[in-house]
Amino acid sequence: MDLSQNEAARKHWISMLSQALPEELETAFEALAESPDYRWLRPAESGLAMVRARAGGTGQRFNLGETTMTRASILLGDTAGHGYLIGRNKRHAELAAVFDALLQQPSLQSKLLESVIQPIAERLHSNKKQQSQETDKTRVEFFTMVRGESD
Amino acid sequence: MYVAVKGGEKAIDEAHALLAERRRGEQSLAELTVEQIEQQLSLSVSRVMTEGSCYDPSLAALAIKQAQGDLVEAIFLLRAYRTTLPRLATTEPIDTANMHIKRRISATFKDLPGGQILGPTYDYTHRLLDFKLMVAEQDTSDKGLSAELEILNEQMDSETSEAVIPRVMDLLNQEGLIEKEQPIDDIPVDDITREAIKLPADRDVRLQNLARGDEGFLLALGYATQRGYGHTHPFAGEIRLGDVEVEITPPELGFSICIGEIEVTECEMVNQFKGSKDKPPQFTRGYGLTFGYSERKAMAMALVDRALRAEELGEPVKSAAQDPEFVLMHSDNVEASGFVQHLKLPHYVDFQSELELIRKLRANDSADNKETTE
Repeated sequence: MDLSQNEAARKHWISMLSQALPEELETAFEALAESPDYRWLRPAESGLAMVRARAGGTGQRFNLGETTMTRASILLGDTAGHGYLIGRNKRHAELAAVFDALLQQPSLQSKLLESVIQPIAERLHSNKKQQSQETDKTRVEFFTMVRGESD
Repeated sequence: MYVAVKGGEKAIDEAHALLAERRRGEQSLAELTVEQIEQQLSLSVSRVMTEGSCYDPSLAALAIKQAQGDLVEAIFLLRAYRTTLPRLATTEPIDTANMHIKRRISATFKDLPGGQILGPTYDYTHRLLDFKLMVAEQDTSDKGLSAELEILNEQMDSETSEAVIPRVMDLLNQEGLIEKEQPIDDIPVDDITREAIKLPADRDVRLQNLARGDEGFLLALGYATQRGYGHTHPFAGEIRLGDVEVEITPPELGFSICIGEIEVTECEMVNQFKGSKDKPPQFTRGYGLTFGYSERKAMAMALVDRALRAEELGEPVKSAAQDPEFVLMHSDNVEASGFVQHLKLPHYVDFQSELELIRKLRANDSADNKETTE
């Protein structure tokens, strides 16, 4: 699916908001110059998402099992903001929805991308990198031994 | 058949109080926290999430605590809890080729692109009890880890597990000797949590059932195939552990978004196949996939998945592991445990009637004997 530039940007920030630590969003929320005046469009609710997979990784689809997930939608003026995440943290989903709405405001976007989204992306990247480095220490080369059979 | 009984409320309350006391254990010892279980008994958590069919490490840890470490009971608790939650979404199929790798090995290809990465494994341990673990570790400092990491950070490693490591099967199949897994997206995906299994069951139903199935049951069946009861000549083509992104496409957005990552274990078995009327000789495949780090389960699942393809591949169906009805109807440990344990419930009336029957048969027997001796 080809996304417009705006959609691609939003896809990125929603994904980052989902993977933020709740405290990261809480801190960012407190740091806002003015507290946003928003109302619920759909109050935060926890439920399940059925996780799909494919046989052999690429083949027929099947249902692997569910994961808990939480979603929330808010209205900031006439802008809808949505938050979705794995797990059961409703406040996190609420804040994700608020930042989704704030990030859609042209006046705030570039500032919030830099102050909120970028640090989350960097932390996730650095976590991954650190984990990869630990994992890479366990790389192994196996050598095939010649069997001691006489010919 | 059991019948309803009345009474016993007080005794039942007392029994539950006694259970709570036993769960808590010696009062002078610190109580286990859910976080400790989640972090330090993570393989139990993986099993409970996989067979409980619900990815949520802290809920699984809570279930383990509540069940005193009885994993089948914990699985039951998690299954019961999930029925109270609404289904909000169905995810896009997870892309395991894009996994952030924590472990990745192949028993069939020695020099595979991306390399063999052992990760956190019990393989190659000596299975000797480690008495050092008897004493709680005092020193919890990270032993200069950060300094070490700084050095590592400066190294630009050309081969790193950070990069995407493609699946072996997709990579090393230029000759086409291994069966290809083709996406079939025009048929709906059945969900056994919504509709009871109907036979014959398609592979999507079988895989969902096996993913939730009891590890011990699948392990025994997989083992049986290796010993000759439905032999499939398996090789562990690839086993990988890592994190994958979970994506949903909310209708209000119209495009897919990542809502987080989950840890999964994947096993691809390749199996020798002599060919059939329609198919040339080739390697066929069995697939195993679990939540968390559940390698034994993923391997057993892949063996049984392949065994259950016997009919599709024109092989004779002779053994239990190849029989979909036998496997699918007995794999679920919540169902199995319930039916076995219901034998504890009052069967007084049922047993009385059987008792009467036996008495009558005995009486008839002795009357007959009397007649013949006279």
